[in-house]
Amino acid sequence: MKILTGNDLKTGDVIWWTGAGWSRHVDDAADVGDAGNEILATEEAARRVNVPYIIEATREEDGAVRPAHIKDRVRALGPTVRPDLTLKPKDPSALDWVI
Amino acid sequence: MYKYDTYDQAMVDARVAEFRDQARRRLEGKLTEDQFKPLRLMNGLYLQLHAYMLRVAIPYGTLNSAQMNALGDIADKYDRGYGHFTTRQNIQYNWIKLEDAADILEDLSKVEMHAIQTSGNCIRNISSDHFAGASHDELIDPRPYAELLRQWSSFHPEFTYLPRKFKICVIAAEKDRAAMRLHDIGIQIVEQNGEIGARFFVGGGMGRTPMVAPMIRDFVPLDQLITYAEACLRVYNRYGRRDNKYKARIKILVHELGKEEYTRQVEEEFAHLLDQGIEPPLAEIARITEYFADPAFEDGAKTVDRSDPDFALWVDRNTHRHKHDSYVSAVVSLKPVGGIPGDASGEQIRLMARLSKQYSFDELRIMHTQNVVLPHVKIEDLHALWTALDAADLGAPNMDTIEDMIACPGLDYCALANARSIPLAQRISERFDASGKTEKLGELKLKISGCINACGHHHAGHIGILGVDKKGKENYQLSLGGSEAEDVSLAKITGPGFDEDGVIEAVETVTDVYLAQKQGEERFLDTYRRIGMAPFKEALYG
Repeated sequence: MKILTGNDLKTGDVIWWTGAGWSRHVDDAADVGDAGNEILATEEAARRVNVPYIIEATREEDGAVRPAHIKDRVRALGPTVRPDLTLKPKDPSALDWVI
Repeated sequence: MYKYDTYDQAMVDARVAEFRDQARRRLEGKLTEDQFKPLRLMNGLYLQLHAYMLRVAIPYGTLNSAQMNALGDIADKYDRGYGHFTTRQNIQYNWIKLEDAADILEDLSKVEMHAIQTSGNCIRNISSDHFAGASHDELIDPRPYAELLRQWSSFHPEFTYLPRKFKICVIAAEKDRAAMRLHDIGIQIVEQNGEIGARFFVGGGMGRTPMVAPMIRDFVPLDQLITYAEACLRVYNRYGRRDNKYKARIKILVHELGKEEYTRQVEEEFAHLLDQGIEPPLAEIARITEYFADPAFEDGAKTVDRSDPDFALWVDRNTHRHKHDSYVSAVVSLKPVGGIPGDASGEQIRLMARLSKQYSFDELRIMHTQNVVLPHVKIEDLHALWTALDAADLGAPNMDTIEDMIACPGLDYCALANARSIPLAQRISERFDASGKTEKLGELKLKISGCINACGHHHAGHIGILGVDKKGKENYQLSLGGSEAEDVSLAKITGPGFDEDGVIEAVETVTDVYLAQKQGEERFLDTYRRIGMAPFKEALYG
């Protein structure tokens, strides 16, 4: 699947396109098929996202979305060396998901 | 410590106001990201993996307790409770909101700090010896000249859009503690025939094409230093490659022209500039120098009570001989076992500020090795200082050991990185600390970069590690034999790379080879230079 990501203009937070808006949680990401560039142009112009781009990802059996590249998995979770600052601070297995 | 005059303060205040307006216009949609990006970068505001990142300049790594306090407060008020001290003697904050950025710059301006020229193709923060003005082995304090270069290079209209970023370092000792020859311009203050002057090395650097700067002039009188630096920059600005980012640094120009031809052009430009009157008046140099006058040192104890072995070990490892025999410079390690190199919490930063005020004449230094120095500590105060540091997890006795490694932020934070650096640093320090091998290894400089840009100085590591992307997986190249000191050299790659577990085993293996082959008091680097790569390769790859 193809998903869209970027950073929130004001906060810089990593965000993912849900089909209707932007979420901080990668699992909310929607498959945009071939519509990615069109959505990005609209959203960037509306200042709802900063420096957006399209990435490859897979949806796993449990519904979770896994970006293909480790860099985007680090973005999705947070720094692996500071679990307390990630989106899943109480889930030690989340770090294994990144690697 | 240099103090802002009214011009300095007015310039910084004006820049804050200007940036506040630029950020407002970006948030209101009046500027696109393409328009805003160069403006935010000029103020040190990057966009990294998780958020905006603000890089704050710490001129030649020197700051006072009020400034350090402000850095700690910014960590708590605007970030997530910590800051990261960098290999450029600066500090970075990883979780900055655009809407807060101008307020942070304003807070910085109140303590005479800013983030100007911490990005972009301009002359970056001037770096220097972290023991400058304190060390026993210096000719003079190089910081007045670092400050002079800072003032000359700040907002220099001719050098605001260079072909690429530009880094200058000034030292005044034979011992190089600042990686001087791995800068675009390295300046060593020397004495020749009873006169003090500057030796110029030009065209060094790390990154994807590491080079050691050759010396192009063995002596420039100090009252011509700015003119000579200007000549070096002018030739670069005129002929540096602007068509290819990867060939745009001055090291490529010096290499392609050849040292002799580059030097000839610099000398020609220098001769032309000499009568242009760009050198600051002597009174200005005298004014700046006054700010760096020695504090009021007092005689006191010359030795410490070594009955506490932990304290004695810290004294042995983490203090440096001072020019006054009742004082030392004390290194505050930001490398606790298993910690993140260079990170310090807001509370730790404020503690270091308080301790500097109490024990070090209100002065601190940031090391390019991502530690902090209290430059002037009375020997009789050392135990009290160590006790306070140790209680705050700042007392690791590991300076220049394998546990004192440099590591860039890597893929955990950096948008350019290909692999994570910090986890390697953490695992290596835990492993060597647990095995007790650190002590046996003595001085061993390990440096880890998460990409070819080499912010972790891996080319200059006795052992270097470079993270690369191998078909979407993290992979690590090992290199040996680098040094950024006065015996400068570039490390050589051992062979095929390793995965994360493999490279940690590989570090263990090469240290085993060293311990087996070591003669006398040889350091790892000395043994490597004597026996060459072959025994290490044999042990690694069979």
